[in-house]
Amino acid sequence: MTIDDMDRRIIEATQAGLPLTPRPYHAVAETLGVEGEEVIARIQRLLEIGVIRRIGAVPNHYRLGYTANGMTVWDVADDQAAGAGRDIGGLDFVSHCYLRPRRLPQWPYNLFAMVHGRSRDEVEDKVRRMAEVLGGRTCRHEVLYSTRILKKTGLRLVA
Amino acid sequence: MNLTSVDQRLLNDFQRDFPLEPRPYARMAAKLGVGEGEVLERLADLRCCGAVSRVGAVVQPGTVGASTLAAMQVPQDRLEEVADAISAYPEVNHNYERDHAINLWFVTAAPDEARLEEVLASIEKETGIPVMDLRLMAPFHIDLGFDLS
Repeated sequence: MTIDDMDRRIIEATQAGLPLTPRPYHAVAETLGVEGEEVIARIQRLLEIGVIRRIGAVPNHYRLGYTANGMTVWDVADDQAAGAGRDIGGLDFVSHCYLRPRRLPQWPYNLFAMVHGRSRDEVEDKVRRMAEVLGGRTCRHEVLYSTRILKKTGLRLVA
Repeated sequence: MNLTSVDQRLLNDFQRDFPLEPRPYARMAAKLGVGEGEVLERLADLRCCGAVSRVGAVVQPGTVGASTLAAMQVPQDRLEEVADAISAYPEVNHNYERDHAINLWFVTAAPDEARLEEVLASIEKETGIPVMDLRLMAPFHIDLGFDLS
């Protein structure tokens, strides 16, 4: 997948937020010195090739009352990880699900799934459902709740 | 926070299908049966009160630039100091304390791999605490829309 410098500039200009004006793509285009239609066409292509996952309203879970933020981590046998990841990644309450490397001995977990809830009880209920879905494919898991947000900005490509 | 029914639909219905056309807010307004001005006003309010972080593009990690989830085991009495040092890097865009022995979790993104590794090495050197680099190997959640098999 190839992206050029203008694609990169469009991503940078839009990931922090589209302007709340009637013609937002044209407003972005103006700052970049191109046509609005070109910005729309390039974003369409970036969506198609998967560089941009989606465009839309990004809700702040915490401010909407989903104050329990649990990073669930699971130890799943490597040869079963892809199927396990697809199964829990497909649950509608799992917002992110990734396979990551273990760092033994201190970190045995390889499957990460984010779960939000209005309370820890709600998150625990969801974790039980995930454990059921995974069944014997996982031998242990933990839930790491966030206790403080020390910094949060949108994922930025370039500092 | 009290959300109106228009707010709820703005939040629920347009997380993935924000219109990619010259007047996207007018399209949303037509779907919701309200005016374009009201959509713009509601979104501005939602952003202002923090319910919406932004209306924009969500970039797939690993496709442009380089990013990773990193974690550290920081002694409690050094947590503030270490967290501040890490958050000071512009490449660090999320930094959470979590209730675990490995208690500091942060996402670092850079234009390229070399810079990413430089930042992690620099954090390690500055704090004297090892950094676990938990690089994404495969994504699974549905909004990615592709199968790994």
